[in-house]
Amino acid sequence: MGRGSVMGRTYAGLPRWLYVSAAFGALLVILPLFALTLRLDWSRFFELITSESSVAALQLSLQTSVASTVVCVLLGVPLAMVLARDRFAGQALLRSVVLLPLVLPPVVGGIALLYTFGRRGLLGPAMDVLGVQIAFSTIAVVLAQTFVALPFLVVSLEGTLRTVGHRYELVAATLGARPGTVVWRVTLPLVMPGLASAAVLSFARALGEFGATITFAGSLQGVTRTLPLEIYLQRVTDPDAAIALSLVLVVVAVVVTVVTARIAERGAR
Amino acid sequence: MPTKFTVLAAAVAALSLSLVGCASTPAASTSASAPAGTTTVTVFAAASMKGTFTTLGKTFEASHPGTTVVFNFAGSQTLAEQIVNGAAADAFASANEANMTTVTGAGLASGQPKLYATNQLEIAVPPDNPAGITGWKDLTKKGLKLVVCAPAVPCGAATVKVEQATNTTLSPVSEEQAVTDVLAKVQAGEADAGLVYKTDVQAAGNTVKGIEFDESAKATNNNSMVALAKGPQAALGLQFVDLVLSAEGQKVLAAAGFGPAA
Repeated sequence: MGRGSVMGRTYAGLPRWLYVSAAFGALLVILPLFALTLRLDWSRFFELITSESSVAALQLSLQTSVASTVVCVLLGVPLAMVLARDRFAGQALLRSVVLLPLVLPPVVGGIALLYTFGRRGLLGPAMDVLGVQIAFSTIAVVLAQTFVALPFLVVSLEGTLRTVGHRYELVAATLGARPGTVVWRVTLPLVMPGLASAAVLSFARALGEFGATITFAGSLQGVTRTLPLEIYLQRVTDPDAAIALSLVLVVVAVVVTVVTARIAERGAR
Repeated sequence: MPTKFTVLAAAVAALSLSLVGCASTPAASTSASAPAGTTTVTVFAAASMKGTFTTLGKTFEASHPGTTVVFNFAGSQTLAEQIVNGAAADAFASANEANMTTVTGAGLASGQPKLYATNQLEIAVPPDNPAGITGWKDLTKKGLKLVVCAPAVPCGAATVKVEQATNTTLSPVSEEQAVTDVLAKVQAGEADAGLVYKTDVQAAGNTVKGIEFDESAKATNNNSMVALAKGPQAALGLQFVDLVLSAEGQKVLAAAGFGPAA
């Protein structure tokens, strides 16, 4: 048998045992989600997710996640451009450090944020002078979410920037466009699909943020208690409500993944 | 000479060991790794018992040669949930009555639960007490950064009880999931005051200052313990309960700030 395609069907060229392992891998992800839906009290589902505390948590989660996504775009796009386009000493180090929250346990991020923006943190005295107090406020939630979500935007946009390449930017520059014009008129339109999926990813990460928030922002209904915190708390008193809210997050996650895949597909075309 | 086979065998052994380490219950991991001839008694205990029970575990091992005591310290509600869902434990110590009822209600207890200690709330403040807190009344001060437990967890339920009994309304800046989270926020200096257990203040040493208040008597937490009928070493579990109830056990508990069982 030669390699290449077997008539009509693409030949994957994979041994059978690999499919068995792959199936187990898929099951590991699917089975728990399926088990979650089995435990759900469907008759009370709507009532559970519309209780006062659930709605407050859902609202807060959406608001803070949108806010942190905006901050991620404002800070992450320039960061990705600098990392993808320029070359400077310490670039590799900067990239690793920026990506650190990806692999860091979020609770460590929370502790680090506390010692930076907390009352007795690095910037605490300065912020005290300005009359700004971040701890236990909604701003703290946004800050924690931005901290964990930013690398998602940077890493995925930097990839897009590299794939798209330099060519059009060089042409524009040769034709006399200033750097600012190149960024706005050439680079950004080129990477727009990539930026959109990167933003959706960081939104999803922000929505799921738990560890940094609970460590840094605290937990108070309507102020800092986001959906994941509410789920964790409800688990103790009302497991049914926790399951219902978990399912809401699962649905959001599924929608986000599908949307991101669609955008990426369109971008690839 | 290390052959290919011995290297492979070592890799397999290492892998299976790490898999055992992944097992959900501590009983499973230790019974597999403990040397032959030893028995393991597994105790699920409320997080607040960590210091005292670890000490008593050593005492138990000394008086029962060949026995290893393994603890699972976590929130009482988490432990009760694990036990009801089939975790292999020989004894359960709960920080409040509700979670004990979860376990006894499921018919998993061997005998009646026994009260072995009480715990009361205390105000924890940073060592320099920036807000100048002297007692319960100060907790309603305007602008005070007060952190408490959420009403759903035992320390929060106790807080609500004191509020109701004294007809006061606290407005905390955060309602935490665990008493340790409250303590951490006071230790970090983010909170001006937090409501935690006496024993937490004692265990925190000089990282926080404790302020006792008479009103805390309105909400005394009863710690109870029971041996579990389905535990692999239920008889030893019962003996551990007896040790906690003995004069020796009570001495250790008192030293950590627990009150005697009512």
